[in-house]
Amino acid sequence: MSDLSSSHEEVGRRKFLSGIIGVVAGLVTTVVGLPAIGFLISPGVKRQTQEMWLPLGPLAGLTPGAPTGFPFSRKIKDGWVESTQTGVAYAVTHDGQNVKVFSNVCTHLNCRVVWNDEKRGFFCPCHDALFGVNGEVVAGPPPRPLDQFETRIENGQIQIKLEA
Amino acid sequence: MAENPTPQPESRGRRLFGWLDERAGLLTLWRTILARPVPRTNWLYTLGSASMILGALQGITGMLLTIYYIPSPDHAYDSIQYIMTEVTFGWLIRGIHHWGATLLVIVVFLHMLRTYFLGAYKFPRELTWLTGAVLLLGVLVMGFSGYLLPWNQKAYWASSVGTAVIGAPPVIGPLLLRIVRGGGEIGAVTLARFYGLHIWWAPAALVALVFVHLYLIIRIGITAPPQRDE
Repeated sequence: MSDLSSSHEEVGRRKFLSGIIGVVAGLVTTVVGLPAIGFLISPGVKRQTQEMWLPLGPLAGLTPGAPTGFPFSRKIKDGWVESTQTGVAYAVTHDGQNVKVFSNVCTHLNCRVVWNDEKRGFFCPCHDALFGVNGEVVAGPPPRPLDQFETRIENGQIQIKLEA
Repeated sequence: MAENPTPQPESRGRRLFGWLDERAGLLTLWRTILARPVPRTNWLYTLGSASMILGALQGITGMLLTIYYIPSPDHAYDSIQYIMTEVTFGWLIRGIHHWGATLLVIVVFLHMLRTYFLGAYKFPRELTWLTGAVLLLGVLVMGFSGYLLPWNQKAYWASSVGTAVIGAPPVIGPLLLRIVRGGGEIGAVTLARFYGLHIWWAPAALVALVFVHLYLIIRIGITAPPQRDE
């Protein structure tokens, strides 16, 4: 074996081995790296179906034109912990037939609004915002009307749809 | 470097590399660390690199697991169930960490056997051997401290038996046992300190020692396998 051919062979062997190292390193990186992306983002992007219809109370119990607050709470899955979600839903009817149910979360910065009989509106104490009886913005900084729950009436009971 | 007499238009990548190399000494690093001359060896001489790569894999998968795992008696087991059933590829990341731990212990042990039987621990490599011995112990500490973290029956009772060994020496044994467990029984305090040991103290010590180990290997070089007439 001459020096020339042996040196030629060395280069081939070296290239072959570094190629193998590259392929193996790439494989390991892919096998760990791609699943790692899913591992990191999965709680944020996985669709969790925790929606449910929650009964508030009888439609007949509402006074037309006067919103009634219904406190509610329910158990939700928070990762591996079961936690309680609480809130207040304001139901209002004008004709005893149709009902609108408002969230008490201010659309400005998520403070809680309360119905104020004197002001005839939902008052937010954080920035003196006022929403009318139909949720519309009367005064203050909120960018949009109060959010409404999807509602349905079953056997005279008002139900609202809670999402995750 | 400026040996080329005919100035040629350099590619952008080459210019960037030249800029970096001039400041960071990349070529020197490459020549001394990666492209250093080694004697003709065999596949047994890859066990050290294999240990280091497995260790890195354990580090990365372990860091990923800390994103969901909670070292507390009321959350440890449930958070791992969450990783295994809810998190995308959670089973894979934990699986790699779980089996990689066993594989790492095996590979590190084989690495030690190779060093011993091929006489690579002799002058001037005694320090490399000594740091390697401590590294082996560190890997075992990692394995033992990680064993409790799943907080299932096997983890609990294995750690109960394992820590009881520390209580064996006369006179100081019972006190040592209480210190290791953070109390009389294995509980919340034990879990928290094993977690701290597993993700901070032991890995930090291991990484520092690996650097010493590698420095010595690069400084002294590796041995050739002994010849028949040696």
